[in-house]
Amino acid sequence: MSSENNKKNWVGKPLPRKEEDRLLRGRGKFADDIKMREMLYLRFVRSPYAHARIVSIATSDAEAVAGVVCTLTGAEILPQVQPFIEIAPEPGGKIKDYPLAISKVRYQGEPVVAVIAESPGIADDAAELVQVEYEALDAVVDAEEALKDANILHEEAGTNRVWNGVFEYGDVEKAFSEAASVVHIDRLHFHRFSSTPLEANVVIAQWNPKDERIYYWCNNSFPSFAIQFLSAHLNVHIDRIRVETSDIGGSFGIKITSYPQMAVCALASKKAGGRPIKWVETRSEHNTSSAHGNERTFRDTRVALDKDGVITAIASRHIDDCGAYPRYEPLGCVIWSQVVPGVYRFKNTRIDFTQTVTNKCPVGPNRGYSRMQHLWFLERVVDICAHELGIPADEMRLRNYIRPEEFPYTTPNGCVYDSGNYPKMLQVAKGLIGWDEWKKKRAAARKQGRLIGMGIGTTLDSGTNNFGQSQIVNPGAPFSGNSQGANCKLDIYGEVVVAVGSCPQGQGHETTAAQVVADVLNIHPDLITVRTGFDTERNVHTGFSGTYASQFAVSGLSAVHGAAQKLKAEMKRLAAFVLETKEDDIEFGTGAQGPELRAKSTGKSINYWGLANIVNVNSAVLPVEMHDVTLNCRYIWRAPFKVPDKVKKYGNLTLTYASQLHIAVIEIDRDTFIPRILDYVAVDDCGTVINPAIVEGQVYGATAHGIGAALMESCVYDAVGNMLTSTFSDYTPITAVNMPKVKYGHIETPSPHSYSGAKGMGEGGAAPIHTISAALQDALFAEGIIVDDSFNNADSLFRAMVGKEIGQAAKLVTVERRP
Amino acid sequence: MPKKVVKRKRAPKPKPAPEAAITAVPISVKVNGKTHSLTVEPRTLLVELIREKLDLTGTHVGCDTTYCGACTVLMNGAAVKSCTMFAVQADGAELLTVEGLEKDGQLHPIQKAFGDSYGLQCGYCTPGLMLSAFQLLSHNRQPSEKDIRKAIAGNTCRCTGYQNIFKAIQLAAQNVKGV
Repeated sequence: MSSENNKKNWVGKPLPRKEEDRLLRGRGKFADDIKMREMLYLRFVRSPYAHARIVSIATSDAEAVAGVVCTLTGAEILPQVQPFIEIAPEPGGKIKDYPLAISKVRYQGEPVVAVIAESPGIADDAAELVQVEYEALDAVVDAEEALKDANILHEEAGTNRVWNGVFEYGDVEKAFSEAASVVHIDRLHFHRFSSTPLEANVVIAQWNPKDERIYYWCNNSFPSFAIQFLSAHLNVHIDRIRVETSDIGGSFGIKITSYPQMAVCALASKKAGGRPIKWVETRSEHNTSSAHGNERTFRDTRVALDKDGVITAIASRHIDDCGAYPRYEPLGCVIWSQVVPGVYRFKNTRIDFTQTVTNKCPVGPNRGYSRMQHLWFLERVVDICAHELGIPADEMRLRNYIRPEEFPYTTPNGCVYDSGNYPKMLQVAKGLIGWDEWKKKRAAARKQGRLIGMGIGTTLDSGTNNFGQSQIVNPGAPFSGNSQGANCKLDIYGEVVVAVGSCPQGQGHETTAAQVVADVLNIHPDLITVRTGFDTERNVHTGFSGTYASQFAVSGLSAVHGAAQKLKAEMKRLAAFVLETKEDDIEFGTGAQGPELRAKSTGKSINYWGLANIVNVNSAVLPVEMHDVTLNCRYIWRAPFKVPDKVKKYGNLTLTYASQLHIAVIEIDRDTFIPRILDYVAVDDCGTVINPAIVEGQVYGATAHGIGAALMESCVYDAVGNMLTSTFSDYTPITAVNMPKVKYGHIETPSPHSYSGAKGMGEGGAAPIHTISAALQDALFAEGIIVDDSFNNADSLFRAMVGKEIGQAAKLVTVERRP
Repeated sequence: MPKKVVKRKRAPKPKPAPEAAITAVPISVKVNGKTHSLTVEPRTLLVELIREKLDLTGTHVGCDTTYCGACTVLMNGAAVKSCTMFAVQADGAELLTVEGLEKDGQLHPIQKAFGDSYGLQCGYCTPGLMLSAFQLLSHNRQPSEKDIRKAIAGNTCRCTGYQNIFKAIQLAAQNVKGV
């Protein structure tokens, strides 16, 4: 038999994914694949205006259509529900958010009426017959305009400002007074985009009158958060809400905030007598009104540098645009501060951070959430300062990076970067792309008048949040720490079954969880069944369970590991009793009758079926002192966090810090202004790797999202708040034709903060956005242009280079040199 | 302050009749080797026929507008986007969906290659991508990377960054015997 002497480690291997078989055969179970008896279909009537008062709603024509069961309006749900929880204190906390518009609409696409019918086609037809009279109001789509409060979205709040706070660390004024040079940057802007999962939101809800419970089958990606909001909103005990998810066709954070639609579907089911309601979002509904990523403007940035180009202080004013309703916000107002100095050593900083509502789609935690905006800002600062001081971009970074020997590194606001080696990543990336050769090629090309730029982006992917940071935005918020649950059991016939509270969307949790348990029990991963997909009834979730924020390798697998260890201890104890030996005489392995436990001294063994049999169906043989052995072990892992200092805004906000370093070489065509990637490298460090193939896949995926966002994907609004990119033909998600070949490199600096040395990863820190901006900037410095926006396509490059409308260095950047 | 009042009252439209009353059109399609004779509304999309009437839910909908290719199926050997075709247009046609790729429980070499190359993550786009790959390999057994990129230009994948999909299709090209 195999024994612990010839133990094979599964963690660290590129094990093929357990998820693959069903997905390849077209047998995945996505939410829209579910069909139920008596099912009805819901279609939303949505606002064509960005900002308007609702004068009247007439639903009678729609209701008269044969096959229409009912309609639902905001006025009708108002007495049945509470406004959704607002995370913000006042003024943002005064905002009243309902899932159907009550008296006003505040963004184009906001749901106004729900039509419920026997078929999707009838619901579509009837929705056309709903008459809504609007009184149009001026829309405000620009964040800085919104903060002037000329047009207020939420009268009850009295202002468009949701939140404001100053994050100040070190001695900023002293740093500026001692600086050898000070660089001023007037304005930088991080654009609005969405990772647009290919599967849109889907909700099936049933408010069952028989047991007064609400059942959901959906693809929400943070259900434990959703049920907290839904329970309070619907006045329903949280235990009466059951949520199940199955295969999910991508989320990237965007499906976290589908709880308003979940609420409407439940209320519609209640009105329809408990029949299940299905709502399948269309692509244009998704693009206009599910969630977008946060847009951010950086104003009046001042950077203090010493004589060697080492940054000593950064002061700036950041304005975040969260769209019409805060929802998950204003958490983004603090989440960026997980990475206050980015990968750099400066100690002094003052960021005045404000968030505002505008008449645009509400934001949600889009891949790279809130940190990527800040990290992009820092990378722009570094490149602009390097240029102004005449220091090469790579050299500038080396002078400013946190040094490998400084880890664990405490940032100015008390975050602890667990491990990392940024200079080494730079070295690996340069080697892979052929940095020196490209420098020669660039010089030769520039002589011919070609616009070629080389750019470096260094970024962080902070994972496993301390939810105590919510108390920095709202001292009354009842959240802190982080935890995840898992259950590991031997079922009646000895099957190893693992259940976790995550709802993966392609991250391979079934595979990595099996790898971890296989190592604990010393069996083959094929012998382990992993139940993923959220189910409140599995009782393995905590209030933080879901799949978001780069954490499964740490929080999820720590819970799985803990549950497996508990099971192992029980199995050992039981086997020692049965085999009449001591526990330390027991070894785990696989024998002729499958996985078994064996007494080394006697050679006697008992297989998993034998152990499970005793506990589950043959328990009279168990002595009383063994009655606590259940072989059904639940474990809750808790992150070792403390509540941060709310006044000083100080404390450890995240457990692990994966890092990425990308380099791009880009050419801007002189005639068409189309930017074309000539070469690209991505180097990743996420500590000890559980499954290298899955990690590599996540890196490629995050790279595609970033390249798409940098060059092709933008949520564009016109001046009155019409969404101009509501279809994929307008939004143009990156395709196989646009995606360059990515050279992949990898280093490992194990995390001291997780049991396995792994770090959460997957979001990728938006490295390509920083990198492409850097490469374009390198090409354009000589043209007097500053890359002041995270989105750059042929049109914006033309406007900068020919129109001279945007990005003019003379207007944007000034340098003060001190003798 | 309100600037203008816009009335959005529409002229009354003829009320749609319930589904059953709309003239149902009889069609016959052969899907994965099995012939189905049934009636559909004229407006029924091909993807609705496949998913809702035939319960073949491996074919997905991603964009509704022919961009993303999650709904790709083969019709008489050609890759088509079933979200932008009416079911009646498939009358008399032979369709292949993802469910028809495996044979006697064994994965088709294209399916196997996608799995072996980690060419999928969430798996939502995968059926459409494999059928586009099927079409490519049916007339080009030694595709260059450029050929592959072109062949799947109409299939959006939001998870993989396409890198492993290129590898998967190259691997499939080596292993496919007769597509």
